[in-house]
Amino acid sequence: MTNWNSWLFWPDHVALSVLVLALMAMVFLYAARKPMHGIIHSTCTLMSHSMRFVSRWLFLAADNMRLRNQSVLLAHGQESEAVIIEREFERVGNILRKDMQEFPALQRKMLEEATRMEDEYRKCGVVPPPPPEWVTALESVAQIKSGGDIPRKLLEDIGRSIQKIHDKTIAEFRRSYEERHKILNAMQPSWRTVEKLMGEMDKKMVTLQTNAKQIDVHIGKFEGIRAKDTKTEHALTMSSFVHLAISSLVMVIALGGAFINYKLIALPMSEMVGASDYLMSNLKTSDVAALVIILMEASMGLFLLESLRITQLFPRIASMDDRMRRRLMIASLVFLTILAVIESSLALMRDMLVADKASLMRDLASIAPAPSDGVLTSIPMIGQMVMGFVLPFALAFVAIPFESLVHSMRTVVGVCLVQGMRGLGVTLRFLGLLFKRLAKVFEMAYDVTIVVPLMVERWVLTMRTGPSVEMEEPALSKQRRAA
Amino acid sequence: MKKSLAILALSLGMVSLGACGDNRMHSHGVYMLVDTSGTYAREMGKAAKIVNYLLATLNPGDSLAVAKVESRSFTEKDIVAKVTFDKRPSQATSQKRVFKDKIQTFAKEIKGSAYTDITGGLIQGAEYLNETKSGIKTIVIFSDMQEELGKGTIRDFPISLDGFRVVALNVTKLGTDNADPRLYLDRLARWEARVRKAGASEWVVVNDLEHNLESILTTR
Repeated sequence: MTNWNSWLFWPDHVALSVLVLALMAMVFLYAARKPMHGIIHSTCTLMSHSMRFVSRWLFLAADNMRLRNQSVLLAHGQESEAVIIEREFERVGNILRKDMQEFPALQRKMLEEATRMEDEYRKCGVVPPPPPEWVTALESVAQIKSGGDIPRKLLEDIGRSIQKIHDKTIAEFRRSYEERHKILNAMQPSWRTVEKLMGEMDKKMVTLQTNAKQIDVHIGKFEGIRAKDTKTEHALTMSSFVHLAISSLVMVIALGGAFINYKLIALPMSEMVGASDYLMSNLKTSDVAALVIILMEASMGLFLLESLRITQLFPRIASMDDRMRRRLMIASLVFLTILAVIESSLALMRDMLVADKASLMRDLASIAPAPSDGVLTSIPMIGQMVMGFVLPFALAFVAIPFESLVHSMRTVVGVCLVQGMRGLGVTLRFLGLLFKRLAKVFEMAYDVTIVVPLMVERWVLTMRTGPSVEMEEPALSKQRRAA
Repeated sequence: MKKSLAILALSLGMVSLGACGDNRMHSHGVYMLVDTSGTYAREMGKAAKIVNYLLATLNPGDSLAVAKVESRSFTEKDIVAKVTFDKRPSQATSQKRVFKDKIQTFAKEIKGSAYTDITGGLIQGAEYLNETKSGIKTIVIFSDMQEELGKGTIRDFPISLDGFRVVALNVTKLGTDNADPRLYLDRLARWEARVRKAGASEWVVVNDLEHNLESILTTR
């Protein structure tokens, strides 16, 4: 209040004092109009140019980054596709090597079966019964002219003989058919074998065909990558996002497993390294030791999977000769097993420590110990030991999602950075444009505060040069606007 | 290159030294004074329960001592049991069992004393806890806080309890306190002023032994 009053020329006449102050300010602002306009213009231009410059740099950097990301993404995609195609070819090669080398034997077997079937088939052809000889005999008897008992007797004898022969022939014929049926029956397994062989061949051919189709798809992708196709690039980027999401999920699950693992061995580790030792203010040595064990297990798992060529995070391991790689694999497996056994023992020790502490607590609280059921009470202990042994091996597989996470993270972070830089670039460009226009707005706003002196100036100019100035001014302002 | 290696080695060394020096700072040292004078000797059951609570709560590496308050308590002879728990939890559990047995034996064989020298016990407790080099030092006084000194016992001099927590437990009201509560309140205020003057970081009174035992070890 005191400060405000000190600005008034006549504190008793506030309105008058304010008016005089306003007039004085107006005169001062009118006098400073040109430099102020200059300052406003220069500041806004400086801001606008700086922003545009930074925006341009951001766009250029984003483009460079995008190209770099693209080359990394395509290289990685090409590598992955090459590995897949190689595996597919290997699979096809295996099929061809394993199955097709059996083809000559199979063919021979099938030919043998066919020949046998043909022979059998020939054998079972219908043999017509021999022409009845008695027909000729009957014809001869029929040609005898003289009657009497002789032909009748003869015919009766012939009839008896014919009956005998007929019975014999029928029996022969039936036996022959029986034999043919037996042959045909014996042919059944051969047919089945042939059918089975044909089915197997068909299955193998279908597998081969499926593999060929898959190879075609992968070759198509590979070609797209080689041609730096936008569609393929987009597909690869999207697949990186999906990979990141999936591997992050798996990593979170694995972290949960690691946490349980940590809980399992943190207490017994204090028995080894001491429960009251601290590395830092709140960091117990036993906790760090438990963490180190878990990290060692994860590292051994990583080396194991690397030496098995399941993951390829270390090119040095991937490029090792097979003998060394096998040695590394065995060493990793042995260390992992040792760590798993140690962890299982620690889990057992944990159970013993917890039981001991519980017993002490009961003693201190003078509570009688609960009756124990041997089998039931040992279940948690066995469970802990099994978990202690299994978890390190389960943890070893973290290397697979970890590799996926590392690769996809590179792409995803790159894409996000590019988008962020572009977004920032657009914002800065917009702000630059805004500042460019704001200069005019500020100048006009400044002129509003000194509108009275400006009117006086215009009036004086009109008085001096006549109405031509007044007439000229709209034209001038039009020109200014055009400029 | 050599310079960088030297810096790295120096940093590691400093971290290791820092880590070694930090260990005792987390340990808790508790010295419990148990008043055995007059009628208070009958409260020994409660004292044993508090010792059990302390045994259940203290961790490996911590220290605990229980001493009786007698006519002249500034002596190691009054320490009934003392222990610094092993760093290994299994060993610490065994030590706790032994300690508990000692206290039970003491509770059975307790004899009342004619006078109550709390100040002497405090000085003895401070000495013991300073020797253990514990990070947090707590003196627990299980007494009615009515000090009675025998003839020739001099305790009216300044004592040092720098950084100590002093917890008065089960401060029972005497017959005279019931007649004039100001006596009780004055007694507590006097003790608080005295321990604070001696440099104690905290003064806590716990009378609700059922629900407020956590205050014995919890630093505010």
